[in-house]
Amino acid sequence: MNIIVCVKHVPDTAEAEVVIDNSGKDIKKENLVFDINEWDNYALEEALLLKEKHGGMVTVLTVGSEAANETLRKCLAKGADEAFRLDDEAFKRSDGYVIAKILYSAIKNMKYDLILTGVQASDDGYAQVGVTLAEMLGIQHASMVKKVEVKNGFVRVHRELEGGLEEVVEVKLPAVLTIQTGINEPRYVSIAGIRRAARKEIKVLGLAELGLKKEEVGEAGSPTRLERLFVPEATKKTEILTGDPSTVATKLSEILKEKGVLG
Amino acid sequence: MKEIFVLAEHRRGELRDITFELLSLGRKLAEKLDGNLVSAVLGFGVKDFTDKVARYAEQVLVVEDEKLKEFNSEAYQKVLTNILEERKPFLILLGHTSYGMELAPSLSTALNIPLTTDCIGLDFKDGKLQVIRQMYGGKVNAEVSFSEAESYMVTVRSGAFPVEEPKITSGKIIVVPSHLTEEDLAPKRFVEYIEEAKGEVDITSADIIVSVGRGIKDAKNIPLVEGLAKALGGVLASTRPIVDKGWLPKDRQVGLSGKTVKPKLYIAVGVSGSFQHLAGIKGSGILIAINKDPKAPIFRVADYGIVDDLFKVVPVLKEKIIELKQKI
Repeated sequence: MNIIVCVKHVPDTAEAEVVIDNSGKDIKKENLVFDINEWDNYALEEALLLKEKHGGMVTVLTVGSEAANETLRKCLAKGADEAFRLDDEAFKRSDGYVIAKILYSAIKNMKYDLILTGVQASDDGYAQVGVTLAEMLGIQHASMVKKVEVKNGFVRVHRELEGGLEEVVEVKLPAVLTIQTGINEPRYVSIAGIRRAARKEIKVLGLAELGLKKEEVGEAGSPTRLERLFVPEATKKTEILTGDPSTVATKLSEILKEKGVLG
Repeated sequence: MKEIFVLAEHRRGELRDITFELLSLGRKLAEKLDGNLVSAVLGFGVKDFTDKVARYAEQVLVVEDEKLKEFNSEAYQKVLTNILEERKPFLILLGHTSYGMELAPSLSTALNIPLTTDCIGLDFKDGKLQVIRQMYGGKVNAEVSFSEAESYMVTVRSGAFPVEEPKITSGKIIVVPSHLTEEDLAPKRFVEYIEEAKGEVDITSADIIVSVGRGIKDAKNIPLVEGLAKALGGVLASTRPIVDKGWLPKDRQVGLSGKTVKPKLYIAVGVSGSFQHLAGIKGSGILIAINKDPKAPIFRVADYGIVDDLFKVVPVLKEKIIELKQKI
């Protein structure tokens, strides 16, 4: 069973302060730590678990600059067999549709049974690339997947719906599955894995190798364009309590008492 | 005349809230454009709710087929491709939901229509469509424009637009054949729904909830927040990452994919406030946030905020509350 996993190297902003840069179209990234997109990490783990069960190869792909090698090395260290980085100056400012098109250009000539990727990326949050890629390849898909069972020519998945409900769906192979967080417990990288990964080559493919034209990628080829970023307005006037921990704790408990929620 | 097209979303015999949010938004945009609002209801035995949809839209296209009994993106795509290719609406609106996310990217690609997802604002700037969507977990908003096209497709975030009272008494109901065959369903089949197992605590009935998020850093720190919940006589809940990591069971998860809660008091500890989480606490009384990042989205909706290290604040807060409670 050959599995392709599409991953993205993203800044971790869950706990960090996000500042808009001077261009107004991007955020300042100098002080941010980059890592594999959280959803993609679960997708990679699911691919590795399926490989352990059914055999085969796991191939990792990313669209990104040289910095994304770090994420690809991590995937190789965890057990992926080969890695490709799709990189070209012309790819900059591509939207979700074009990212899918770049991935499609690389994948259409590969052999695979399953393509896994995260539901979305933590940076732009499109939740668009995986399902678009499936349509371009002319294969089936299932999104927001929380359980995967490969059967004879089919894959049986649990899709996450709203409010704790799931649906079971059977999809013909080959297929693209977008993986939801919490589906498994992603493994840590081992020292032996890092050594093994260091010897592996990361293949880089650009515009020409992928048979793409400049005008169909990047900003020129993207059907949507990011005009500007701005900080959202507050919907409520939040009263920020100030002082040392003891002071704010006193203030807050007094407020709670006043509001009658302490019983 | 320009047409705004809304896909009605329903599950298990009920129209979902997003449908009315989309219809209300679509109504407003149609009026701005001096155009028509058209909605499509795909399903089986959906006569009951086509009337509800017809109170918002000038036209309701009803596609009844047993093969459309449950949502199936493959079947929906086949039916909608026929409809959309014929009508070529100016703007197609779907929910950014588990159904919309399964359908919109492939449908827009098949029809070669520009798509943008998870929008929280839509407007026309110099006659051109411009949308607002969020990035980096809701920490920044982005203004997005489209390249020139005949049609555009947008998925809309749940709860981002209000439900308005309908203005039309009854739109025209048009029955459209599905043209689906058994073979169309062969590549993708709905099997069944799976309900979440009942947990030991029902957080939806709690008056006081203390919720823990990523900021707690380690499973071993969770008792710290649980202690605060107990001191207040409340229950412990959490965000999705805590459940994903297996630190708390799924029945404690608040948000779109978990529980919707309406307590009198909700204290969010180390919670950044993703829209999925905020959607689950909309009906809460007093909302308090403790987070060290002053720009965390939770501070845009909280009544009171403490910008500090939760590990310093929570223990003292617990003591103060125990002290005060003894005096009451």
